[in-house]
Amino acid sequence: MSMETEINFTLNGRPVSVRVPVTMKTLTMLREVLGLTGTKYACGEGECGACTIKVDGRTLNSCLMHAVDCDGREVVTIEGLKTPEGMNPMQKSFVEHGAVQCGFCMPGMIMQADYLAENNPNLTREEAQRGLEGNLCRCTGYTKVLDAVESAVEKKCCGRC
Amino acid sequence: MDQKVTASNIEKTSLIGQRVKKPDAPDKATGKTRYINDMVLPQMLIGKVLFAGRPHAQIVSIDTSAAEKLPGVHAVLTGKDATGLKFGFVRDNVALKDKVRCEHDEIAAVAAETEEIALRAIDLIKVEYEDLPGVFTPEDGAKEDAPLIHDNFPGNKSLHFEFKHGDVAEAEAASDFIVDNVFRPHHVTHCCMGTSCAIADFDNNGKLTIWTQTQYPYNYKMDLAPALGLQPGDIRVIQPPIGGAFGSKLDVYPYEPIAALLARKTGRPVKVIYSREEEFKASPTRQPAIIHMRTGCTRDGTLTFRTADVLLDNGAYTSWGPTIPVIMMRTVSGHYRVPAVDFKAQAIYTNNPYAGSFRGYGNVQTTYATAQQMDMLADMVDMDPLEFHLKNSQRSGEITPQKSFLRECALVECLETAAEASDYSRKRKAYALERDQPGRYKKGIGLASSIHNAGGAKIHKSDGIGTILKVDDYARVTVITGASEIGQGIDAVITLIVSEELGVPLEHVTIVNNDSDIAPWDVGVHASRTTFIAGNGVRRAAQKAKAQILKAAEKQLGEPAETLELRGGSVVRDLCGTPLIKLDRLLRQMHFQAEPELVMVTDYYEPKSEPEGAKHISDHSAAYSHAVHIAEITVDTLTGEIKVDKITSAQDVGRVINRMGLEAQIEGGIAIGLGYALSENMLLEKGLLKNPCFRDYKLITAPEMPPLDLHFIESNCAEGPYGAKGVSELPTIVIAPAIANALYNATGVRIFNPPLSPEKVARAICEHRQRGK
Repeated sequence: MSMETEINFTLNGRPVSVRVPVTMKTLTMLREVLGLTGTKYACGEGECGACTIKVDGRTLNSCLMHAVDCDGREVVTIEGLKTPEGMNPMQKSFVEHGAVQCGFCMPGMIMQADYLAENNPNLTREEAQRGLEGNLCRCTGYTKVLDAVESAVEKKCCGRC
Repeated sequence: MDQKVTASNIEKTSLIGQRVKKPDAPDKATGKTRYINDMVLPQMLIGKVLFAGRPHAQIVSIDTSAAEKLPGVHAVLTGKDATGLKFGFVRDNVALKDKVRCEHDEIAAVAAETEEIALRAIDLIKVEYEDLPGVFTPEDGAKEDAPLIHDNFPGNKSLHFEFKHGDVAEAEAASDFIVDNVFRPHHVTHCCMGTSCAIADFDNNGKLTIWTQTQYPYNYKMDLAPALGLQPGDIRVIQPPIGGAFGSKLDVYPYEPIAALLARKTGRPVKVIYSREEEFKASPTRQPAIIHMRTGCTRDGTLTFRTADVLLDNGAYTSWGPTIPVIMMRTVSGHYRVPAVDFKAQAIYTNNPYAGSFRGYGNVQTTYATAQQMDMLADMVDMDPLEFHLKNSQRSGEITPQKSFLRECALVECLETAAEASDYSRKRKAYALERDQPGRYKKGIGLASSIHNAGGAKIHKSDGIGTILKVDDYARVTVITGASEIGQGIDAVITLIVSEELGVPLEHVTIVNNDSDIAPWDVGVHASRTTFIAGNGVRRAAQKAKAQILKAAEKQLGEPAETLELRGGSVVRDLCGTPLIKLDRLLRQMHFQAEPELVMVTDYYEPKSEPEGAKHISDHSAAYSHAVHIAEITVDTLTGEIKVDKITSAQDVGRVINRMGLEAQIEGGIAIGLGYALSENMLLEKGLLKNPCFRDYKLITAPEMPPLDLHFIESNCAEGPYGAKGVSELPTIVIAPAIANALYNATGVRIFNPPLSPEKVARAICEHRQRGK
């Protein structure tokens, strides 16, 4: 067994302390140590985006990041995107627009879409297309995904949510 | 009568054609859904497989002793543990092999406490192989001196199909123009985002429970049983949510019996789950083929005959792939009026990966050929392809040579709608004139169409479905159905139909469809059948429940049942919508009375279609449908890159049920078709896959998805639920030839071996220009 170390970080707004092997990837820690199975394994080599999470406000592929590198940082997964009132506006918009089919890529897709919208209040459809290039989906053809992102951005602009 | 209801009248509305959300979407969007890949059972072990990694070899020896001694390892199995447990269409497959016939042959399997230990144990297994000469194309496999892959399949011959109609020789003699080409559709794979996974567990009565991704739970039992020496009745199939299927889960693949063999050996639940690399190598492919097609027509543009001589690369084992001629021949013989037809197909074993079913099922490959030859013939007779297509189109009521009854045929409407919406004829002419002018970027527009079964396909003895529907004391409805939900959205269709019929809110409908011990018979998600078959099933069940409820209401209210309706959660007067009693209250009164009754109904729906039969002359689907795609592209003639600017699609959907789900199916189908057309390609070198990752196997990504202009033609199918037809395969089928025809319009080149990759396109343009000089 590889060497273990204890790390402390913020996970979905709560402090956690966990012992992990130094070779373990963040994706594995989330799924197998912390039981947060919303973040998906689909390629394990940073090509598909299904394991996208936010670390210190930026999205990355958790399959490429060592768990120990979470130490002292702020990690948000799909489970942490929900607000006390329920789904966040991006999640709601994906549901409303029929952007979810098998849904396996959706946690990563929604994390990335939420990040794009959060960092660009005037996000255009073309910018969203480019921003989601690293998130593969085999079901939807991305059309409804982009509809959902566009709508979530518009709603945010007019302050209705 | 209940006089207390004072609510205002409830107006008649309909959900048919409205936009209904998938009920499972909120859990999927929040990461709450527990996919099979996420499941962990107490005491569960992890199974890992040792793959051969070579295409053809004898196994001289296997030494598992070091693996067995590794702490944490509970079982190591090899070919001897699966001896005689043959499974598959022609019983040519076994979970663990005693000879290597393809790269991903499963040689040994380990169950261990963690994945890490299981992988270390796999590394400790020593296998000595004696490599054999291999066969990597069906042409080579068919040669007399070819190495034999299965001893009991002489000549490496797998399945064979034939269909003949009319006098081809005579029709050929009467033809003014004949096109004759060899098309080579390639190896692609499903790339489900959730990798293959199965969890198996035996109880102490010897009964197996298997959590699986299967999309055909009932025949699955029958197919899995011989791989384990079990009776089908001893297998319980549970289908947790899965990360896509697209046809790849329509058969048993070795990892499933391997999980079960390991579970039986260890007495503990065992989970086998593939890595992405394993998924690329060991999951099924789309069937590659060599299609020699000839089509003729007269000077006035009337089709005279079509022949297809098809050689299929069977791969090492026989799954659904080599059965695709069943559908290929329907398109060859029945798409447009073709008076004379000669179709034959032979599948040849090779040492390549083997094909399963994949959305479009043979029609993707066939339409790539037929639709290009239609375009070529139109060119030869100097006709607008649209006009050529219209001239040869069938109309409602026609019957094809194979006896497909085109009861409601909207091919003409599809052609006209797509052509008009895209301004096809004008653009095609303009781009053709531009073709030989200077300039690096060329625009092109291409039209393609196809036919597909849209009411199931009776390839089994039954194409039916069982439905159980209950309405409880709180007016909550549970539908227990064989129809599997694999992401395609039958859940939304079922809730919509129940709500439409029983007037209850969508969210008051629960679906139970993932346990073979509970839900009744269905033949699975395939053949674009589920909305059609399950939609009919649930509608019939709901109508039976409604009849029972209204009869009780008649008794309670003293008003004739035929004047009553269920609307807005109440029994109302049909004409004016006056609510008379709340539905839940009525249901409780029905229950708590002197002669108590509960609302629990069953239904079995078997579509009016005929079994396929050995001669392939039968009306094998309850409906057929057409789609037309028009692709507009820009070709960079220097790099060969094709940019798809727009797709216009017109498809006969019968009737729109859930508009949002329908759009989603068509958009997603187009995306898979685009990948097939442009970029996806399994690079096989002597049977070894060289690109088992998303970096080198290129799926369509968000920026590459063009704007879509979708048109739904509603032909109102007499047999379909509310008039609907099945929809999901046609969008994938028609796209590649539409792009190929657009490429011709833009550059004058044709490519017969997809994908239309930049390198291939640039090379073809270069050669074309050199020939022109």
